[in-house]
Amino acid sequence: MSRPDDVSPSCPVPLSQYGHVLLAHGGGGRLMHDLIERVFLSAFRNPALDTGHDAAVVDAGGARIAFTTDSYVVHPLFFPGGSIGTLAVNGTVNDLAMAGARPVALSAGFIIEEGLSVEVLERVVASMRDAAREAGVPIVTGDTKVVDRGKGDGVFVNTAGVGLVEHGLRIAPASVRPGDAVILSGDVGRHGMAIMAVRENLAFESAIESDCAPVTAPVLDLVASGAEVHCLRDLTRGGLASALNEIAGGARAGITVEERLVPVREDVRGACEILGFDPMYVANEGRFVAFVPEADAARAVDVLRRHAVSASACVIGRVAAGPAGLVAVRTALGAARVLDMLSGEQLPRIC
Amino acid sequence: MKYVDEYRDPAAAERLLVAIRGLVTRPWTLMEVCGGQTHAILKYGIDELLPAGVTLLHGPGCPVCVTPLEKIDRAIALASRPDVIFCSFGDMLRVPGTDCDLLSVKASGGDVRIVYSPLDALRIATENPGKQVVFFAVGFETTAPGNAMAVYQARRAGVGNFSVLVSHVLVPPALEAVLDSPHCRVQGFLAAGHVCAVMGYAEYAPIAARYRVPIVVTGFEPLDILQGVYLCLKQLEEGRAEVENQYSRVVSEHGNRPAQALVSEVFRVVDRAWRGIGDIARSGLGLTEAFAQFDAERRFDLSQVGPRPEPAECIAGLVLQGVKKPPECEAFAGRCTPEHPLGATMVSPEGACAAYYRHRRLTARQGKTS
Amino acid sequence: MCLAVPGRITSISGDDPMTRTAKVSFGGVLVDVNLAYVPEVKVDDYVIVHAGFALSQIDEAEAVRIFDELSRLAPDLEEGGEPAA
Repeated sequence: MSRPDDVSPSCPVPLSQYGHVLLAHGGGGRLMHDLIERVFLSAFRNPALDTGHDAAVVDAGGARIAFTTDSYVVHPLFFPGGSIGTLAVNGTVNDLAMAGARPVALSAGFIIEEGLSVEVLERVVASMRDAAREAGVPIVTGDTKVVDRGKGDGVFVNTAGVGLVEHGLRIAPASVRPGDAVILSGDVGRHGMAIMAVRENLAFESAIESDCAPVTAPVLDLVASGAEVHCLRDLTRGGLASALNEIAGGARAGITVEERLVPVREDVRGACEILGFDPMYVANEGRFVAFVPEADAARAVDVLRRHAVSASACVIGRVAAGPAGLVAVRTALGAARVLDMLSGEQLPRIC
Repeated sequence: MKYVDEYRDPAAAERLLVAIRGLVTRPWTLMEVCGGQTHAILKYGIDELLPAGVTLLHGPGCPVCVTPLEKIDRAIALASRPDVIFCSFGDMLRVPGTDCDLLSVKASGGDVRIVYSPLDALRIATENPGKQVVFFAVGFETTAPGNAMAVYQARRAGVGNFSVLVSHVLVPPALEAVLDSPHCRVQGFLAAGHVCAVMGYAEYAPIAARYRVPIVVTGFEPLDILQGVYLCLKQLEEGRAEVENQYSRVVSEHGNRPAQALVSEVFRVVDRAWRGIGDIARSGLGLTEAFAQFDAERRFDLSQVGPRPEPAECIAGLVLQGVKKPPECEAFAGRCTPEHPLGATMVSPEGACAAYYRHRRLTARQGKTS
Repeated sequence: MCLAVPGRITSISGDDPMTRTAKVSFGGVLVDVNLAYVPEVKVDDYVIVHAGFALSQIDEAEAVRIFDELSRLAPDLEEGGEPAA
């Protein structure tokens, strides 16, 4: 029963097994990667796209331009610590940061459901204005569409961003090397549990707030410090586990993580325990992982800790030569287990 | 978190492991009967840390996995109706029915909602008087009190648009079915701690005596499981076959009497089919006559949805009985994975096959490529 | 079938025993929990909660026992789990 590439994101079962796109296809896990690979990448193939990184870097007129886009469909529109607006700005700014790029400009496209209150729309837009100001990037162009009532979730937002790459590094999974240290920029699980708390109607003593925030400053400092940054990846849907799996796959290397070194806040842990969630798979917004040579690890952690958004940065693991594409976790008790890609979204469980 | 963190202490775990290693003089095979325990064992790698001669089998402790195919198909049929809001615990959404699962029904436009508590389903019913709200009442004895309360409160408040699709199962008959099997290799059991929190453990004494197997009521944190394993092995080494309570901070011998009382009022013991195992007499719960009006199988005409055969390749039944381990299945990690499961044990994260797949692909693959 | 988590009762409301409800804290997260099956509990008690229902009160004395028993196991083990030389 040897299938040499059973760790690759390709699903061996024809996509037509699911005649309809499922919600799980947007969950950040294996199903989403299958959809992207089979439908989008196969149609659009080109070198920039195939680096498989958050932002594409293209050469244009002698400059290296980073370009990225993201759509935001979060529900509820407002949650503790943010809104669809703050996500839309910071998510795209952070994707640019993952290429080590300084953000230059954003676009914002809105698909608005008929019947949405203008006051709600104004609040979303105000949060975008504030987030853009904090991130130091202007929203220079946009688009507006309205769809019939029932055909949208209040409002969907798409943002695209361009940035300037002013370093010579090739920051991508393919640059990762065995022996690299894996650095995590802060505690995990806040964003996903903040959303879930509102959805599941859990009241909070001290509200879990989304960790949505721009990470440009610590990343640019990291690059400027001279540390040889091999790869960066922000943790969004699918959480830490998915990001590590994506990179292990792209790098064709193995990654080992020490579970006890991954910081999780007490209240996030409590929420995960009740719903049966694993914090390793819960969505984040203002968090990233960085891969640097072992020799640069201490300096890298130092630089990151000087910024509030990455004040608890720490080394959580190492890259090994193999098994290619496999992410392993050493548990609190010292045994090892595979940290697989999720097949769909995590669901609350009682079992 | 109190009562959680201290039971995950690595130093204390090491003590138990050293004690276990010093204790065993020959191979032993134990079975744990709770999906939650399976999950913890694999999450912390406990079976890897135990001495090689100690085998931990995963029994039919996942109610998701043992819910009959027919019941899943009926759930899907109900969820597909435009007049129904179908509420379920998250666990059931990906369990494969004959043609699809509840998640696909949701994708096609069915109103399927995940709830954390059965009382949430009742609330949805009161908030949506124009719709029928059906709650998928699955689980072992642990979940029965909560489900019973939802039905009880529905009747008391006159919530006429609420009903339940019942597929409750009981642990002791499952233990006996495993022990009665001619292939049974199990020498000792870790009994499900939260099931016993409700039911107590008096009903295990006759089983321990009749089959001469030690049964240790065990909790869910790593220290609990290690201590449960230790006590069970100690009994085996000493030739005893008793019922012991490791989870004494939560479980008492008589269990939770108010919970048992309401469960007896709302539910009665019935025969049940277990997916992958077959019919086990008096192994399930159904609604009593007094609450029969809330039975979704009476309220809706589901006669078209009858018993169906399982995919031939799926050996979930043998896995559930502990006769085979998932990697011994021809389809494991090939034709059957969490993305396209052939049987329920691959769907539920607590199902033995999914748990193995998720956490053991490394060693299983290395073994198979030799 | 068993995901039940220990939490601390921070407040209790409701006079009807069937709908008596507590706000239970899990590491700071508060959840509404039905107390019908644990009529004796008070604020600051710890309960095991499954699917929104408290099924049992945690017995502190019994909880202490596991650690006492543990310390009597493997007596050669020094602090930190290494066997004595």
